Amino acid sequence: MLVLADPSGPIERLVTDLVLLGYRPTVHATDDTPMPDPMPAVVILLSQDVRSHALPWSEALRRADRLRSVPLVWLIDEAELDRLSGSEHLIDEFLTTPYSTNELAARLTLLRHRSGSDDEGVMRHGALGLNPLSYQVSVDDRVLDLTYMEYELVKLLIGHPGRVYKREEILSQVWGYDYFGGMRTVDVHVRRVRAKLGQDHAWLLETVRGVGYRLAQVRA
Amino acid sequence: MDHDEQDFVLRTVEEREIRFIRLWFTDVLGFLKSFAIPAEELSEALDEGVGFDGSAIDGFARVQEADMIAHPDPSTFQLLPWRPAAPAVARMFCDIRTPEGRLFEGDPRAVLRRQHARAAEMGFSFYVGTEIEFFLFADSTTPEPLDVGSYFDLTPLDVGSDFRQRVIAYLEQLGMPVKDSHHEVAASQHEVDLRHADALTMADSVMTFRLAVKEVAQELGVYATFMPKPIQGAFGSGMHTHMSLFEGDRNAFFDATDIHYLSKTARSFVAGLLRHAREISAVTNQWVNSYKRLVPGYEAPVYVCWGVRNRSAMVRIPLTKPGKESACRIEYRAPDPACNPYLAFALMLAAGLRGIEREYEIPPEAENDIYAMTDVERWGADIASLPESLPEALAEMERSELVREALGEHLFEWFIANKRAEWNEHRSYVTGLELERNLPRL
Repeated sequence: MLVLADPSGPIERLVTDLVLLGYRPTVHATDDTPMPDPMPAVVILLSQDVRSHALPWSEALRRADRLRSVPLVWLIDEAELDRLSGSEHLIDEFLTTPYSTNELAARLTLLRHRSGSDDEGVMRHGALGLNPLSYQVSVDDRVLDLTYMEYELVKLLIGHPGRVYKREEILSQVWGYDYFGGMRTVDVHVRRVRAKLGQDHAWLLETVRGVGYRLAQVRA
Repeated sequence: MDHDEQDFVLRTVEEREIRFIRLWFTDVLGFLKSFAIPAEELSEALDEGVGFDGSAIDGFARVQEADMIAHPDPSTFQLLPWRPAAPAVARMFCDIRTPEGRLFEGDPRAVLRRQHARAAEMGFSFYVGTEIEFFLFADSTTPEPLDVGSYFDLTPLDVGSDFRQRVIAYLEQLGMPVKDSHHEVAASQHEVDLRHADALTMADSVMTFRLAVKEVAQELGVYATFMPKPIQGAFGSGMHTHMSLFEGDRNAFFDATDIHYLSKTARSFVAGLLRHAREISAVTNQWVNSYKRLVPGYEAPVYVCWGVRNRSAMVRIPLTKPGKESACRIEYRAPDPACNPYLAFALMLAAGLRGIEREYEIPPEAENDIYAMTDVERWGADIASLPESLPEALAEMERSELVREALGEHLFEWFIANKRAEWNEHRSYVTGLELERNLPRL
């Protein structure tokens, strides 16, 4: 877990709470450069000012390859709530300061449940697990031998299970905008990953006709 | 991006306790070459490549320029499923460079990359699917069938179906989706169809496939061969190649208004293939034995023509189902599975692109049974034959400016010299048939 904090905010209390809740936060003050380079399961952005602090930091996060699909929580001043609108696409959860410890605990639990990542940073969805630290993907604890692009594709989808990704979106996020191979590349790689998942799990990578792909719903 | 890719490879090697990484490349004739490096050297290999003596590889370099550098392509990093889980073994395909850092023009992968880049300049990406046929025999000394099955036969005691299942399991673990697999027409003959991918990936896949098939055969104590015509009087093995060009998300071969749903681009592409078929034949069918497959009577193409339903045609247009534009494609039926897939795909693409560039007109579709026509009728209908032998194909190739340009001077010259030598060996060999026919009478 990474805490990005405006140094004037209540960092110490937040860190103490997180540790008591069983998390292992790494704190990075946002007046400090450069950005640290871990691959956290969750990022909490503690901010006093949405417009000049939370927004640019969140956009920068979403642009970073490694952090693009990591769940992001905003912890902002209640007075700034009306400025949330327009940034819904950036964040996954928010809380206002002063916050209650119970609410923080509950929201983080919910978020972990939704994004399916556990404290080791392993992202889970049904039988599928992805460990961004070791780059290993497994299904039913069987390790899949993916190529790098196949891995990146799964990583993108597992970051927001249930969300439908357009093929254009997948192409630009996984392969980059300058890739000339064309949209078929996405289809080809989806098929390759399905082959590796095997017949029992191939359905996890679901085609949404005319739109794109997503991870299929699984029952808990 | 590149950095992450390397990181991914290095972490996986650590995580899976891989001790050796096989570096693969392909010689001019399409034989897989491999050398292993220990895991500790991988990081340096990814950064700087690994030097080797190119003069030891057929067709690579003359002795005075023997130093070559193999650069592993991290996007092809893959664990080999037929090796034990621990210690696991992984492979990567390599691009070959000169010590100065230039792509070595004699590397088949570079040849295909060049054509890919040409297609990209014209706004196209090139996709290929293959149907690969092969035989299973008891060993490599005699072509003795293991079964007497035929097309789609389901035989209970068939080592073949066990075999195909195992092959497919490996291919799945390698991320090579299989479209279909079945027993073929001839006894002991099998076919596996690989789903389309970009041509470079498909050429890598064909190389991997041939090895996977040979590995499984060895596991089951049999022998697999991609020899084009191993059994006298039986069907040969082909590698029907399905091709399409995409412009972004759009299939450039599809046109809803055309009677066969074929766009002008597709028609010119086919026209290019037809016009240059004889010239590229020495590469798509590179062995003396290849031409024993290309004879009438065994569903192999003999005449240079195209057709929609006509299964004897050299270029077949599979029916496009409504709403399935993306599947619109053309099928080139001449190549055999003993070709070098990089060079074969590169030349098929070069021929098709030439057709598009110069707006070749497609000849009329061959609707009749061309085999039933007389030579004169075919001549009248302007239907040429594919070369009947390797030397005929070589003579065509040698005159071809298209093939020379696509292969590059180095590879072109070496290929012709090597194949001439093969032919010289064969033409001076007294065969069993000659003795049988001539000795009692002459």
